[in-house]
Parts: sequence; structure tokens; C-alpha cells
Amino acid sequence: MLIFSDYVFYTLAAILLFAGLRVITARNPVHAALYLVLAFFTGAGIWLLLEAEFLALALIMVYVGAVMVLFLFVVMMLDINLDKLREGFWDYAPLAGLVGALMAVEMTGIVGVKHFGLSHVNTPALHAADYSNTAELGRLLYTDYVLPFELAAVVLLVAIIAAIALALRRRKDNKYIDPAAQVRVKRADRIRMVSMPADVELPDMPEGEPT
Amino acid sequence: MEAQVLHLFQVLWGPWWDPIWRVFAPFWPLVWNLVKIVCIVAPVMLSLAYLTLAERKVIGYMQVRIGPNRVGYYGLLQPIADGVKLLFKEIILPTAANKFLFLLAPVLVLAPALAAWAVMPFDLDLILADVDAGLLYILAMTSIGVYGVIIAGWASNSKYAFLGSLRSAAQIVSYEIAMVFALVGVLMCANSLNLGKIVLAQHGGLLNWYWLPLFPLFVVYFISAVAETNRSPFDVAEGESEIVAGFHVEYSGMAFAVFFLAEYSNMILVSTLAAVMFLGGWLSPVTWLPDGFPWLFMKVAGLLFLMLWFRATFPRYRYDQIMRLGWKVFIPVTLVWIVLIGGLMQTPLAYLLHAGVPA
Repeated sequence: MLIFSDYVFYTLAAILLFAGLRVITARNPVHAALYLVLAFFTGAGIWLLLEAEFLALALIMVYVGAVMVLFLFVVMMLDINLDKLREGFWDYAPLAGLVGALMAVEMTGIVGVKHFGLSHVNTPALHAADYSNTAELGRLLYTDYVLPFELAAVVLLVAIIAAIALALRRRKDNKYIDPAAQVRVKRADRIRMVSMPADVELPDMPEGEPT
Repeated sequence: MEAQVLHLFQVLWGPWWDPIWRVFAPFWPLVWNLVKIVCIVAPVMLSLAYLTLAERKVIGYMQVRIGPNRVGYYGLLQPIADGVKLLFKEIILPTAANKFLFLLAPVLVLAPALAAWAVMPFDLDLILADVDAGLLYILAMTSIGVYGVIIAGWASNSKYAFLGSLRSAAQIVSYEIAMVFALVGVLMCANSLNLGKIVLAQHGGLLNWYWLPLFPLFVVYFISAVAETNRSPFDVAEGESEIVAGFHVEYSGMAFAVFFLAEYSNMILVSTLAAVMFLGGWLSPVTWLPDGFPWLFMKVAGLLFLMLWFRATFPRYRYDQIMRLGWKVFIPVTLVWIVLIGGLMQTPLAYLLHAGVPA
């Protein structure tokens, strides 16, 4: 008999498959990106069913909340000519089909029932309600895997700084705003007090004369 | 509670109960959770309706006006009148708009704002889902809200809407970092991601709440929260004088109202989160008074009043200054304080942070 979580799993799996399919078949690149968001979100739901709550929530936070937002930015602002993009689709189709078929064969060879079936992979052990996936992950990361973890962090830092260094281009002819100068500005820098004598009423002109 | 409801059904349906239950049993958790969700969402909706009235009244009095006072006593029925009016207005679809996404966007803004309430502890046992990584869940949910803004701007097929959505999305993504870092300090002190445990770690009165040892983080969090919700003085997303009304310029009727519901719902959410993380949640400020939900309500109301006060007081930030404040001021401040907390926790002074597993 199906229990509640089975219904949830099959619903999520169906949505995930549909979304994945639409990512590659949607004509509009923005739609494709949004379907990818849906696929991430649904994938996170399936991970939750596997009791991997930290991974699931991190997937939503990092990929859905940050990476895909920037991705959408780019896709929305690009002027993509769909017809030009689709040019030569049928010329490449046989090669793409071959690559796809090969990948499918390889995948079924590895993750098929023969090697990945229920007899080979045990169901993950169920943990008590007070088991904290996050705390466990943190403990492993900062004890057994602390060096690889820190190495990965340093690599990421280098990548960030390299990206900034590559993109940073100081131009001499640009005007830069200096916030410190803006804060330091005094009243005297902006205002010049001018002493002007009060208006003196002009003597009466004779009437009717053009001025 | 759950067992009593089931028993009541059993008595009511008599002999029919067993066959019905056999079919219905797998769906029972869904139904029971839906009932609980309604019990949370309905009060949230009601309070956000009255938050709009409170905002108009508070700002009115601050500007020496009276505010709405015609519908009902003291204008108390004004939110209902507004709601009815918006419901009956026509929703205009721009001809060149992407219809599906245009209508999906308001839903995408409101849904995460409501979904985040699932893990919010209102009292010691009053919580829908006592998730262990509750804080992570809230952060994940609030990070989805930005999609509604981006999609609304893009689907409207209007330059003003698109520019507004880009500004808004960039701002939300930037301030999210400072906000998350501010919360990281709290979870380091409390040793937990569970919101209930974070509240319990602050037991012992006003001076044991995290606002005191983590004061810079509290300030950064609250200002970032105002920026996250696109409230004044950070409301460049809908800066009327610059880009008409931002990402929802093409919306009308109820579709427009849903954006406003989401904004106010987010305001209540970030205020509640601030109260839970820094102001002791449902705990009472003095030990000789009992803890309970009324304290949380009062703290949230106070924080919301601050937000309304900000709106009535401050002029709008310039966009480049917003970005500078987020990236060059708030993020370094939070990072320094996190390192400080981490170092302090290793010294005998750790008791200052009330660090450790709560009793």
C-alpha cells in the first residue's frame, strides 16, 4: 500500500521530469530558466524525503535564491534571436542524438537495477526525530574533512578575487563618487555667501515712454 | 487534539467510518496540516490587513493628519473596504505581456512569504513544524520571493517595470547576504538552527536576549530587513519619482493588491524573525512575569511600528548609496562581529554570549 510519502515522491518526481524536459524543449530561454528553477525546487523536495534537509535547503538557498536569479538577469537582458539560434538545428540533430543516446546507455549501465537496485543499496537508516542532519554535517566538515573543506574555501576565494581582478577596469576619464568626500563636505564648501545691497527703487519713469 | 478530532469523526460516521478511513488514511496528514496552516495564515492575513490601517493612521498622526476615519469607528473597517474595492476592480492584462507569467508573479511573491510561517515558534509548543533546520528553511523560503519581482518586471513587457524589477532584485540579493550573516551570529551563540531552541537559549530576562551581546548584528539585521522588504527608505524598487511605480506598474486590481499583501506579510515575517532571534521571542522581559505569546505579539508590534516610523521620517536613499551600505558597510561589520564571536566563544568570556546548549 502506498503511504503518504510515496504519493509525495511520485508527485515530485513527475514534476521534476516534466520540468527537466521543458528546460530543453521550451522555446523561450526565460521559460527554460524558470523551468530549471522549478526542477531545482522539486529536487530539493525529493532530498527532503531522503532526510537530507540541509542539502535540500542549501540547494534552494544557493541555486534557486542566488545563482538562478543572476542567470535570469542575464537571460532577460540578452537580446536573443530565437530563429538565428535555431538555425541548423536539424544539421546537428543526428550528432546530438548520438551523444544523448550514448549518455543514456552509460547511465543505465551504471545506475540500472543491476548495480543500484534495492539488493545492492540499502535504504538509508531512519534516524530519530531529534537527529540533526545539519549538526552532523558540520561536525564531519570541521573534523574529518577540515583540510579539503578549507582547501575548497580557499579555491573559491581565489576564484572570487580573480573574477573581480579580471573585470575591474579603472578608467581615468570616469567620474567616481567618493563617499568619504561626500560625508566630509561642509556647508562652507557648497555655499558662498554674497553680500548684495538691497534693491533700490528706481526713480519714476515718465508714463507711456517705452522702456 | 488530532486524536480527539479523529474520534469525533468516528462517532459521527458510525459504521461508515472504517471503509472511509481505509481510502482516506493516506491523505489524513495532508488534511490535518491544511487545517493547521489555515489557523496560521488566517490571523496573519487579518493582521496584515490591519497593518495597512495602522500604517496610514500612524503616518497620518506623524504628519498631523487624522488618517482614514470614515469607514467604521475610527476607520476600523477601512481595510475591508479597500479589500472589497480591489477585488471588484478589473485586472488589466497588457496585450504584449506574457499572460501566464504575468499572473504567476504575484503568487510567487506571496506564497514564500506565507510558507515561511510554517516553522515560526509562537510559543513553547505552538508551532506548525518543529523543523531542526528551521532558520535555514526560513532563509530558503524568503530567498524565493525575489522571483516574483523579477518575473513581474519581465512579464509586463514594460521598460519601467523591468528597470524597477532589476533594481529591486539586485537590492534584495545584496541585502540578503548581510541579513544571513547577521543571523549566523545568532545561531553561533545559540548552537542551533532550530528557532525554538534559539529562543530558549535567551531565557533569563531582558539582559539575556541576544540584542545586547549581538547589538551590531541586531542593527544590521533590522536595517537589512527593511531593505529586503523594499520598504522606505530603501523603496527604490517603486521610487515613484524615478520609475513610476517599479515592477508592479502594469498591475491593477487584485493582482496589484497581492503584491501589497506580500509586502506587508514580509514586514510581519521579518519583524517576527527579529523578535525571535534577538528579542527573546515569546519570553517575558522579566523573570517574575510568565512567558507567552502576548510578549511575542508586543515585540513584533513594536518592531512594525519602527518600520512605519522609518517611512514617515527618512527620505529615500540614492541607489548607489544603498549598494554601498549593503556591500561595503554591513557585510564587513557582520563578518568582523562573527569572527569576534567565534574567538570569544573559545575564551572564558563565552558566558557573555550565553553560548551553549539551552537548558
